[in-house]
Amino acid sequence: MSEIKKETLTEEQLRERIEHRDEYSNKDKLKMAKVWWREQKPEDRVKNTDEVPFRLSELEAQAEAVRCMDCIKKNCVAGCPVAIDVPAMLRLVGEGDFRGAVRKMKETNVLPAITGRVCPQETQCQAVCLMSKAHKSTDEAVSIGKVEAFLADWERENGVEIPECAPPTGKQVAVIGGGPAGLTCAADLARLGHGVTILEAFHKLGGVLVYGIPEFRLPKKIVEAEIGILGEMGVKFEPNVVVGQTVTIDELLEEEGYDAVFVATGAGLPWFMDLPGEDLNNVYSANEYLTRANLMNAYKYGTEADTPIADSKRLAVIGGGNVAMDSARTAIRLGVPEVWLIYRRTEAEMPARLEEIHHAKEEGVKLHLLTSPVEYTGNDNGFVKSMKLQRMELGEPDASGRRRPVPIEGAIEEFDVDTVVVSIGNGANPLIPRTTPGLDTNQRKGTIVVDFERFMTSRPAVFAGGDIVVGASTVIMAMGHGRTAAASIHQYLQDGEWAGNGQAN
Amino acid sequence: MAKILKKKTIADKITWYELDAPRIARKRKPGQFVIVRPCEGGERIPLTIADADPEKGSITLVVQEVGKTTAYMGRELEEGGDMLDVVGPLGTATHIPDTPGRILAIAGGLGIAPLYPILKGFKEKGHEVTVILGARSKDLFIMRDMTATLVDKLLICTDDGSEGYHGLVTEVEKQLLESGEKFDEIIAIGPAIMMKFCVETARPFGVPITVSLNTIMIDGTGMCGGCRVQYGGGDKFVCVDGPEFDGYQVNFDRMMQRQAAYVGQEKKAYHDYLCRLEAKAQQIEATEREEAVS
Ligand SMILES: Cc1cc2nc3c(=O)[nH]c(=O)nc-3n(C[C@H](O)[C@H](O)[C@H](O)COP(=O)(O)OP(=O)(O)OC[C@H]3O[C@@H](n4cnc5c(N)ncnc54)[C@H](O)[C@@H]3O)c2cc1C
Ligand code: FES
Repeated sequence: MSEIKKETLTEEQLRERIEHRDEYSNKDKLKMAKVWWREQKPEDRVKNTDEVPFRLSELEAQAEAVRCMDCIKKNCVAGCPVAIDVPAMLRLVGEGDFRGAVRKMKETNVLPAITGRVCPQETQCQAVCLMSKAHKSTDEAVSIGKVEAFLADWERENGVEIPECAPPTGKQVAVIGGGPAGLTCAADLARLGHGVTILEAFHKLGGVLVYGIPEFRLPKKIVEAEIGILGEMGVKFEPNVVVGQTVTIDELLEEEGYDAVFVATGAGLPWFMDLPGEDLNNVYSANEYLTRANLMNAYKYGTEADTPIADSKRLAVIGGGNVAMDSARTAIRLGVPEVWLIYRRTEAEMPARLEEIHHAKEEGVKLHLLTSPVEYTGNDNGFVKSMKLQRMELGEPDASGRRRPVPIEGAIEEFDVDTVVVSIGNGANPLIPRTTPGLDTNQRKGTIVVDFERFMTSRPAVFAGGDIVVGASTVIMAMGHGRTAAASIHQYLQDGEWAGNGQAN
Repeated sequence: MAKILKKKTIADKITWYELDAPRIARKRKPGQFVIVRPCEGGERIPLTIADADPEKGSITLVVQEVGKTTAYMGRELEEGGDMLDVVGPLGTATHIPDTPGRILAIAGGLGIAPLYPILKGFKEKGHEVTVILGARSKDLFIMRDMTATLVDKLLICTDDGSEGYHGLVTEVEKQLLESGEKFDEIIAIGPAIMMKFCVETARPFGVPITVSLNTIMIDGTGMCGGCRVQYGGGDKFVCVDGPEFDGYQVNFDRMMQRQAAYVGQEKKAYHDYLCRLEAKAQQIEATEREEAVS
């Protein structure tokens, strides 16, 4: 990413482009320079937890929106899991009608401040943008995500319109889990006039948005503001309720008077590798490391927060996905002098977003590739002090199309560490299936089985969506499920018909 | 948020809380726990539910001051005030067989608080229960009378010999087992080191022994893995797989090391907190003195 030229346009150039916006042909637009956003310098941002990119200014957003060719194909709409009418939204931005653009965007996306920041646009809307195709580079796509975040922030600062809700239907829905799937479903149901209560296990709503994704990628006050809007729409919140323990789904339906339940409990079961020494002190799951740092604010330990985190000198993150990048970059901001990423393939196969890998490297995270831990050893007090790494080479491509790592026999190296963050993925949490008789799960993955049209489970009146039905996925996918499920729940509440389910996913 | 209905000090640095938590009170079973976060910025800590009144909708917690969080609770939370967050009941319930048997329960120090609801559960199903209760000194026993009236036999021992048997609970355990008394199950709850030796004492006699583990936790729902312990051939998550386990399978040495993972930071936080409280108290005193003079 650092190779591309990121020209910045002068204010005059921006104004000129905006002024003549109706005069450009598509050919002109293809030659038009992209409006690059600015970023905090690596040496500054490692010392704070502020966002890395600066927000686009009004002029920048407008000028970037003008680049949209408003093509007939509208690939971007199909590329968006919630099908935002992107060209219409960009047209309004180009005209400077931010309020109109916000309304357009919010027709299908209830959490744009969040998705604008955390969606992998380069594999979704921006990947299929005609600009990307014409230039053969997704870097050249219209910055749909940055414009989206701009719009959402603009709205927050210029007065949020609370969506109107239909008159109360008298029906009550329990949404289990306050992550993106649950929040989206709750918002849509409230708009349709249903009474909605979100039951959340943690003391705070937001799911991965508050405990996983770090502040420097998604400021928590933005998440709080979005959740606040749901409150104003009449959605009730019950934190500190672990469904399956505090109350079961059967009790919600039979005793507490709910007419339907939406299960959106996410993929909160950390995978470990079952290696000797994996239970040593300072060997964390990414979930634990990130929860301590984000939700519990461990980086303010001793002043404003009481939850400690390892005081590390040499930390290794195991994995190459987004969660691994978040863990490594969090460690950097916690002041860990040496942070390593241990990954079993090469950089090219890393599943993380390019932007995240790039940011991580800029911030000083070092990569140690083609290696995978096989054992951890500890000191006399049970703290991890080193690990044995198996060296790998790349073999044939596997099912994912990426080349498979193959151990090189006998090639074992010793690697000193005082902290390890295991970030190899998450599975579905079994708490709800275990306590809900008749709720079918996928035998292998533990995910709840639904049909992907109406998101109905094998239990009447029980719907499910988000990571709990697919395994770890994305925020926008979870939101898409929440939205479709809300429509399906609405229909069920009206006609009472249960299509039934139970086939394997 | 849970209202603090009652709060009293029942021994040195040990506080008894009755919290308004109707859902938990209705649902909880012996052996289960809650996680509390006392204030904004506070830490989430697991605490066993010592008792519950489903009709009144209240639960009882017995908490010993061991660090900053518990010190804050004991010193700054007030009756009539609120506990910011309480979530539960968490963990699995104690397995109490329907056919009555003979149970030996061993509690060290504060261990009687988590043990008490379990004993009640066993008694309700008609089991014959013998309890060994140990403490450093006779003034440190808590919940002793209520235990005595509940169970069939109560054996007291103290480290300093101020009451009952002069010595450790494991010595009494050993004497009982050697004397040929037959028990269907032993339950030991207390400091990890005590549970470890209760297990070692029971081992030659082959009596099944259950222990209740108190590891560091965050979510309590199986999401972080911070509570894991080495158990048999693999790892278990105490918050969802436990807190009770077959004592013979637990690696207590590793568990104790994990409990001490943040000991340095915790000691400092506790010390700093006490200093701040002291300073605050002195300041209040000084202003009061000034006001009295003027
Ligand atoms: C560190 C990290 C970074 C990520 N970064 C990105 C990114 O940049 N972009 C992206 O698109 N995706 C990202 N993801 C993935 C994305 O966050 C998830 O796909 C998405 O949050 C799933 O939403 P959800 O609503 O299904 O579940 P979650 O967000 O997991 O929410 C589930 C909620 O349910 C609660 N819950 C669980 N069990 C119970 C219960 N029994 N009772 C009550 N409540 C319960 C949980 O506490 C949680 O609040 C990331 C994930 C992680 C872990
Ligand atoms: S406390 Fe997090 S998994 Fe047990």
